[in-house]
Amino acid sequence: MTELATYNFAYLDEQTKRMIRRAILKAIAIPGYQVPFASREMPMPYGWGTGGVQVTAAVIGPDDRLKVIDQGADDTTNAVSIRAFFQKTANVRVTTSTTEATIIQTRHRIPETPLTAGQILVYQVPIPEPLRFLEPRETETRKMHALEEYGLMHVKLYEDIARHGHIATTYAYPVKVEGRYVMDPSPTPKFDNPKMHRSPALQLFGAGREKRIYAVPPYTEVVSLDFEDHPFEIQSFSEPCALCGARGTYLDEVILDDKGGSMFVCSDTDFCEDRQAHGHCGHLSANPAEAAE
Amino acid sequence: MSTNTQVFEGGFANPVMGAQQIFRALMDAMANPGRVFDVPELVAAPAPLTPVMAAIAATLFDHDATVWCDKSISASKEAIGWLKFHTGLELVSDPAAAQFALVKDVAAMPSFEAFAKGTSEYPDRSTTVILQLDGFEGENVLTLRGPGIKDTQDFAPSQLPKMFIDQWTGNRAAFPRGIDLIFAGREALAALPRTTRVAKKEA
Repeated sequence: MTELATYNFAYLDEQTKRMIRRAILKAIAIPGYQVPFASREMPMPYGWGTGGVQVTAAVIGPDDRLKVIDQGADDTTNAVSIRAFFQKTANVRVTTSTTEATIIQTRHRIPETPLTAGQILVYQVPIPEPLRFLEPRETETRKMHALEEYGLMHVKLYEDIARHGHIATTYAYPVKVEGRYVMDPSPTPKFDNPKMHRSPALQLFGAGREKRIYAVPPYTEVVSLDFEDHPFEIQSFSEPCALCGARGTYLDEVILDDKGGSMFVCSDTDFCEDRQAHGHCGHLSANPAEAAE
Repeated sequence: MSTNTQVFEGGFANPVMGAQQIFRALMDAMANPGRVFDVPELVAAPAPLTPVMAAIAATLFDHDATVWCDKSISASKEAIGWLKFHTGLELVSDPAAAQFALVKDVAAMPSFEAFAKGTSEYPDRSTTVILQLDGFEGENVLTLRGPGIKDTQDFAPSQLPKMFIDQWTGNRAAFPRGIDLIFAGREALAALPRTTRVAKKEA
């Protein structure tokens, strides 16, 4: 690449980075509060993680090691293209290992391997406002947050119970941060909500189209909303992962044929591959002996 | 008037990487209240600005940032000239109109009430006050609790504003409104976001 053809480090210009950095500092100081920021057009469409990419670009440095996951997987289109984007524009080292990464940009999952202090988890958020489907006006939802008026959210969860007998919300399950702001954890399965609670990692959320940044600092209370008689529960799966035999992980259903056959596999590919490399295998492993090597 | 080259010299040698390095320290400090993060000397600004204070300014300020400086900084033509030349910041005379405040004389700084606390709808429209210190080995040790802190964190800045614990308790009570503090020491920085609860360390 010639000197002329290179972008500024991590694509964004310095003024944009300063603007995003100021917003990130405020977001960390007010956990769960959505800080407006002047989101830029990125070389990818809205909905592909423009918010997360801008947050990562403002934070990342040459010493970082970046991991990008899309629904838990390192090898799907969104993850591959964002990883390539930062390799090209920031020349950073990348990895698929959760433990090796210093920054993990994620679309809708939190890795199964517990995060450690010093790691940064950057979420791509489509709709940052948890109250948006209940109240479409931004002026009103701002006021509701200001007055801590979250009754409507509890009514929504109650209506779930009245209609289905249980809280039917399974993803983007609302949480309360540090006893103050109700926050959308981005459309992660509610399975991942408990991982946010007092996580040692810093969690940053970027919504590009909606132009909001919010954050959860390390060791912060993140409590899923519920009722005393209908406590919050995470999904459970009746069978283990078909490839690595793990129980207690979040599984994806993979269709195998047109006769209704399917298998359940870990959505976190790094976790699953790591287990297989350590000799664990499930009932559909290609070759258990080979996998055990 | 003779040209004073002090104003033009001493910015980041590498503005992109320098700002990134300082920002990461700032972000880590804000996410881990009271923990002291070492930063290298990357810029040199005219007195009374210390290298760390000037580096924070060069990292965060531009033409979109309104900044209030205390008397001991605004009295120095060179310091103000340096800030203007290197960041293009907008200086304001009312601390309540500032997004950032630079304070060199910590003991004489205005009360926290003088700064912008933001509104209930937009608590982010508040002042981040950057205090210039000698270091973090002061005599009075504070115990911090809150988001970003696993159990407790000791914090001993060399200087503190007057009636600090009372003022900070008032600031904490206004949550989510309130100011945030950044402490610029010598080759190190730390921060106190508005969420942190502060008490005198019990012996």
